[in-house]
Amino acid sequence: MIKFGFVCARNTFRAMDVFFWPVMDLLVWGFLSVYMLKVSNAVPALITMLIGATIMWNVLMRAQQLISVSFLDDLWSRNLLNIFAAPIRVSEYVTAAYLMGFIQAVLVILVLSVLANIFYSFNLFSIGLPLAFLFANLLLMGWSLGLVTTALILRWGPPAEALAWAIPFLVQPVCAVFYPVSVLPLWLQPVAYWVPAAHVFEGMRQILQTGHLDQSRLWCALGLNILYMVIAALVFRHLFQEARQRGYLAKYGT
Amino acid sequence: MVHSDLVVELRNVRKTFGPALAVDDLSFSVAEGEIVGLLGANGAGKTTSIHMLLGLITPSAGTINIFGKDLERHRIDILQQANFASAYQFLPWNLKVWENLFVFSEIYRVKNGKKKINELLDMFELSHMRDRITGALSAGEQTRLNLCKSLLNDPRLLLLDEPTASLDPDQADKVRKIIASLQRETGMTVINTSHNMIDVHELCGRILFMQKGRIIAEGGADEIMQRYGSESLEDVFIRIARTPIVEKLESELAKN
Ligand SMILES: Nc1ncnc2c1ncn2[C@@H]1O[C@H](COP(=O)(O)OP(=O)(O)OP(=O)(O)O)[C@@H](O)[C@H]1O
Ligand SMILES: [Mg+2]
Repeated sequence: MIKFGFVCARNTFRAMDVFFWPVMDLLVWGFLSVYMLKVSNAVPALITMLIGATIMWNVLMRAQQLISVSFLDDLWSRNLLNIFAAPIRVSEYVTAAYLMGFIQAVLVILVLSVLANIFYSFNLFSIGLPLAFLFANLLLMGWSLGLVTTALILRWGPPAEALAWAIPFLVQPVCAVFYPVSVLPLWLQPVAYWVPAAHVFEGMRQILQTGHLDQSRLWCALGLNILYMVIAALVFRHLFQEARQRGYLAKYGT
Repeated sequence: MVHSDLVVELRNVRKTFGPALAVDDLSFSVAEGEIVGLLGANGAGKTTSIHMLLGLITPSAGTINIFGKDLERHRIDILQQANFASAYQFLPWNLKVWENLFVFSEIYRVKNGKKKINELLDMFELSHMRDRITGALSAGEQTRLNLCKSLLNDPRLLLLDEPTASLDPDQADKVRKIIASLQRETGMTVINTSHNMIDVHELCGRILFMQKGRIIAEGGADEIMQRYGSESLEDVFIRIARTPIVEKLESELAKN
């Protein structure tokens, strides 16, 4: 865990990465929504929804990215072999990555909500306590995605590396980040209901619009998240063992 | 049968990567305090064997016991008392030298880590580089840094994969002396692969010659040279490497 601390502290470029994209995201979507408000008679609630969605989407994405990118970092710096030749349980390695993912997601939500407040006088924290549940569910999903991404990279190596950045955008359409599930084509809607983030974003829109939240949504998201965490852990364990058999831990490290 | 004084025990270990055979029915054991050299041509299976001893690669068949315990079941326990260095494996390039060592001293839960790091940096003449970025070190300096890392936890079992491969003759000589003297001090067990016959001759009490994943000759350096009627280990190596089927060589030798 200390290792990740060092890596983060040392790697100023990475620090840029952590905030650069989320902030750009926020600015683009924020200004777009201001513009929409001007040219059409879009409801102001639309703006808050877009901005809120942008911030929360970045929570999910950062949690996923930190896990898979910090793994890539070990891979590219040829450190994997040293790490796994040391008395570190795989679960400890994953926990450290989860913890860093959590810290990063917290930083991102804080920085973005402060900026959103300054630029668009949007106060994310007006959501109140439910925000913590929304956040937690996005974090959980980000973790699972990150772990699966890592497992895929471990198993398929360099060709799969791009997945670290592609995975969030692969799932984004069914996460219903910026629009309700109901606008999705009929055949995609059932898929979206299997995605925890879709429930989170639906829930967030509900709160921003009506001020209250349908509890069942959160339980749904949580249940799905727990299911996916278990699946992600099993997939990872399986592919990790396979990587050990195929000698990938040693080979990609060299 | 468990020998408490056997640090490493491999029984019928085999490793195939798909159709490729890397290690074929490998059995050997190493007693506490031995320095054993694994020799063999490129692709003989030395690195694969070392990686299997670290649990980084799982054998296709056979069992590996270290410190009298099954490696697969007691991996973390065993790795806590072992360590590893290779000339081809670097520590994260973007951290400073001391940061890298500090991280690994934490991982290995070294008591008095700072002191240990300074001692080791001194020993390998890297003290003046402690604040340098690891990636900026030369290959030989990184190799010595890896050796520092590998000694952080006073390992009971030290696995070295071509530890002197990128070192100049002067540094290689120093490294051999350091390893030999540490071994005498601490009684650690060392398994060492090398293409440098001086390493092997000077350091290793026993040599295991590998060819195509099997051990085809075993013994002290002089003993092996005598057996093959060669003047030098280099000679033996070349003879073995150029003989496609070793059984033939053995039977030839038996006839003479
Ligand atoms: N991950 C892998 N996948 C497929 N084949 C592999 C893998 N790792 C090693 N091999 C093969 O196994 C054989 C043994 O390789 P190994 O690296 O153990 O050789 P070595 O004795 O260390 O050689 P060198 O002296 O060149 O370091 C080689 O033929 C190699 O091609
Ligand atoms: Mg090798």
